Amino acid sequence: MAVITYRDALNQAIREEMRLDPSVFLMGEEVGVYQGAYKVSRGLLDEFGPMRVVDTPITELGFAGVGVGAAMVGLRPIVEFMTWNFALLAIDQVVNTAAKMRYMSGGQISVPAVFRGPGGSALQLAAQHSQAFESWYAHIPGLKVVMPATPADAKGLLKSAIRDEDPVVFIEGEMLYNTKGEVPEGEYLTPIGVADVKRAGTDVTLICHSKTVSVALKAAEQLAADGIDAEVVDLRTIRPLDHETVLASVSKTHRAVVVEEGWSFAGVGAQVVDVIQREIFDELDSPVLRVTGADVPMPYNKHLEKASKADPPKVIAAVKRVMYLES
Amino acid sequence: MTAKADRKRGSPAAAGAAAPNPTSDLNADTQRSWLRQMLLIRRFEEKAGEAYSLGKIGGFCHLYIGQEAVAVGTLAAMRGDDYITASYREHGHALARGMSARAAMAELFGKAAGCSHGKGGSMHLIDASLGFLGGHGIVGGHIPLTTGMAFAIKYREEDRVAVCYFGEAAVNNGAFHEALNMAALWKLPAIYICENNRYGMGTALERASAIYDISERALSYDMDREVVDGQDVLVVYQAMQRAVKRARENKHPTLLEIRTYRFMGHSMSDPIHGHYRTREEVEEHRKRDPILVWSEKLKADGIIDERGIKSLDADVISEVEDAYRFADAAADPEPGELWTDVYASGGTA
Repeated sequence: MAVITYRDALNQAIREEMRLDPSVFLMGEEVGVYQGAYKVSRGLLDEFGPMRVVDTPITELGFAGVGVGAAMVGLRPIVEFMTWNFALLAIDQVVNTAAKMRYMSGGQISVPAVFRGPGGSALQLAAQHSQAFESWYAHIPGLKVVMPATPADAKGLLKSAIRDEDPVVFIEGEMLYNTKGEVPEGEYLTPIGVADVKRAGTDVTLICHSKTVSVALKAAEQLAADGIDAEVVDLRTIRPLDHETVLASVSKTHRAVVVEEGWSFAGVGAQVVDVIQREIFDELDSPVLRVTGADVPMPYNKHLEKASKADPPKVIAAVKRVMYLES
Repeated sequence: MTAKADRKRGSPAAAGAAAPNPTSDLNADTQRSWLRQMLLIRRFEEKAGEAYSLGKIGGFCHLYIGQEAVAVGTLAAMRGDDYITASYREHGHALARGMSARAAMAELFGKAAGCSHGKGGSMHLIDASLGFLGGHGIVGGHIPLTTGMAFAIKYREEDRVAVCYFGEAAVNNGAFHEALNMAALWKLPAIYICENNRYGMGTALERASAIYDISERALSYDMDREVVDGQDVLVVYQAMQRAVKRARENKHPTLLEIRTYRFMGHSMSDPIHGHYRTREEVEEHRKRDPILVWSEKLKADGIIDERGIKSLDADVISEVEDAYRFADAAADPEPGELWTDVYASGGTA
């Protein structure tokens, strides 16, 4: 199996789907001539031409609306946001139109659009460029929220998202674009709404998604050295949330730590904890803890930035607390 | 005004119809049908107001009374496969597009037989089979959608047009500018119809916009524009014909500023006059009631007489009464409908 980057896996997914279905097109800032701000769309303009790889002005609200309008009459747009920070300008179109057209039309209108781009922080990009908004979108009925952590999942989930009849918020990781992994060639679909056990273990469940999957895996390695066997559950999809996989794992380990990049208040982890305590309260041997980004705007200074992020030491500390090894 | 002058980019047409305006290319039936449509909208809206007061219609209810010539004149110039979006003041457009009074009234009543199965309400009348794609509740939010529909038309190399209706208050909104810029940049077959009824809720145009002539905003995008007298259905129709031709044949978008007037309050919960406008101003505008203007013209041209008008009116009143009875008697959506249409697969993804 070919080992490729997360970036190229996304490119492969878009290219394959555009070859298969003439109604699929890509639009966004710098996706064409410039070959993509993060080079996800490299080579696509050459293959598909400017009508299907559309460079837009810097006008997120406007081009998100163009994508939704085109989807309402049968096209399948992939709307690229250079980052999800900029997509705040477009959130009216995602929340008020894309998520609601089917419902408020009594089922007459579908919006099969994918909104995609990198979310969360990279390195020293400061407060306005370092935000994780998945819990905002996951709050909205009518949207699906997908966040792949590996190149294979990036390809399989993006292909599924493009074929989905509902609007999908597809949040990538800027720090993941260069990561490599084995990716099946050709037709490879990962179902939306299914979590994945990235590491099997018996003592504690680490529930994570996107960039925090590697944080959890690193923590698990170090914990193994201390004789603690952690299971790592990658949610992959935030909405719909795969209760079954999460609950099966925690029922086995009886302890859980939820790790996410975003802020703690009403975050993804809050929802996961709600499901666990509601469904399998009696299985728990300790309260579920959460490791999140610090509850502050992201600082520029690299030491402060590092201190704000979820990292393996914080995860290890939380694991030791749920195992009553440390107070 | 000559067709040539009209085609000149950035050249506004003269508002009003001071010069004789021949209707020779329109048959008498068409001219009478426009009067009937305007009367239908008027009587429908009066009945909706009454039903609102009786508590049979909930939420917000924005009436179209006074602006009927805009919907009827513009839609008469469109084709059945064109795409339409409108704001939340869209009952008139839906009816003029061919939605039945029953389906529209039942939707206002929130009934399962409504066009959106009772899930949309007054602000979200939708019938995809008519190309009537909403009924949108956020000021300006639907303008980029129309640009997207026009994009899809060009993408599929079709000759439809996409048409968007919004009020003059929406032109101060970023979505308006972003949408028009892309439509002009990409040469899309879109027509943006600004129904300038003078007030965004209670804020007069000159208190919200730095320029009075809204059509001038098209200059920023090198887009065709016209200023149109919205109380004369024929003038509206003719301006729309030109805009449709530009869009369909040349893929040139147009901004039509159609000057009209809202005879009622912003919504049913708002006063007709008060702090923001005087009773005298409203009365003055009522003298150019679009139904009156068109009735007088048809009578002068011998197309219809007073008896004929009364007969048309009686006919639409009966249609509206039927719609009211239908909506009142219709069933609410089944309780299970709460959980359908959220996702393609139903209530959960």
